[in-house]
Amino acid sequence: MHTIRNYIMAESLEQAWELNQKGRNNIIIGGNLWLKMGRRNIINAIDLSSLGLDKIEEDEGGFRIGCMATLHDIETHEGLNKEFQNLFKEAVRHIVGVQFRNCATIGGSIFPKLGFSDVLTAFLACDTQVILYKKGEVPLREFIYIPTDNDILTHLYVKKDGRKTAYESFRMTETDFPTITCAVAKTQDGFETVLGARPKHAEVVVDEVVADAFSSEEVADYAKRVIGKLQYGSNIRGSEQYRKQLSKVLIGRCISRLTEE
Amino acid sequence: MIIDLFINGKKIQAETAPDQMLIDFLRGLGYKSMKRGCDTGNCGLCTVWMDEKPVLSCSVPAARAAGHKITTLEGVQEEAAEFSDYLANEGADQCGYCSPGLIMNVLALKREIPNPTMAQIKEYLSGNLCRCTGYQGQYRALAKYFGVEE
Repeated sequence: MHTIRNYIMAESLEQAWELNQKGRNNIIIGGNLWLKMGRRNIINAIDLSSLGLDKIEEDEGGFRIGCMATLHDIETHEGLNKEFQNLFKEAVRHIVGVQFRNCATIGGSIFPKLGFSDVLTAFLACDTQVILYKKGEVPLREFIYIPTDNDILTHLYVKKDGRKTAYESFRMTETDFPTITCAVAKTQDGFETVLGARPKHAEVVVDEVVADAFSSEEVADYAKRVIGKLQYGSNIRGSEQYRKQLSKVLIGRCISRLTEE
Repeated sequence: MIIDLFINGKKIQAETAPDQMLIDFLRGLGYKSMKRGCDTGNCGLCTVWMDEKPVLSCSVPAARAAGHKITTLEGVQEEAAEFSDYLANEGADQCGYCSPGLIMNVLALKREIPNPTMAQIKEYLSGNLCRCTGYQGQYRALAKYFGVEE
């Protein structure tokens, strides 16, 4: 359990950013679910929940999602799920329970680049921009390789580009952390596959070209090449080899759904 | 720090510590329906509503509730009693420790999805753990309460 000396309800992003520069013991609070499990001594806990950053706004080009929008907000947003074939609903519905998903925030899920994140896997399957208070827009696919600093993630912007997506994950028990997460997107240029919880944070493989019509041998070959490009590891939820085997199956299922439609 | 909020429709002003969680704040004020279970956000025993949405009071900082509407089981007693009868009739009340959290989430489900399927019920309530039995009594009660085929 953490301790907090001052709880600051931020009145502006500038105030929040300035406080957040004062060292490790100053921290932006998202849903407080993961943070609470630690033993940090926090001097200033900075809460962004009064800044109106909990909205999902749709425009012609895409969806602008505030960092304080919750996982249940993206799970139930009709426009977002229609555009991406229930990608977000499928990605988050196994995460604990609805009460948890009403607390957990998008910012708190994406900013720390958590290794077990279903949410990161889903957003990486789309053309997603991370909007940071000081650095501005950064593609999510670049953001995951930038060391975490003291900037503030204010929004995500998910572009509507006509891609079709499918999501699969595997858990040892329902509502547990995933052993492996997988999302495949079918774009005009081909397929893009995201694999997370390996147990490292999710990453995308885009440079494997495949034909539109797949035989089961082609799918297996494609999966093998994708898996070969990523680093895997072992933990209590599964060995490296087990995760690779699961990845093959989940990639196959996603591609099958995308090519059947 | 002093916070103003609404609890079960009543305006309240009370003191909280910067690291106090909502469950301790509410129980300190005499609202004892929400229980502490896992204290890690997994079991759902501490469920209350914040602005009509079910949340885990063990994980929400009390300070975040400032200006918001909090509803506990004490604030929905009539509805809770109605569903409790279904639980009791199916022998699903068991030790009763998880019942307040379950009931709060069932009533939230009723508001969000008034006519759920059994699959939707199971999914919505997956964050409410009961350590007594295997949930079959609860599922029978829920099926009857929502009028769905098991």
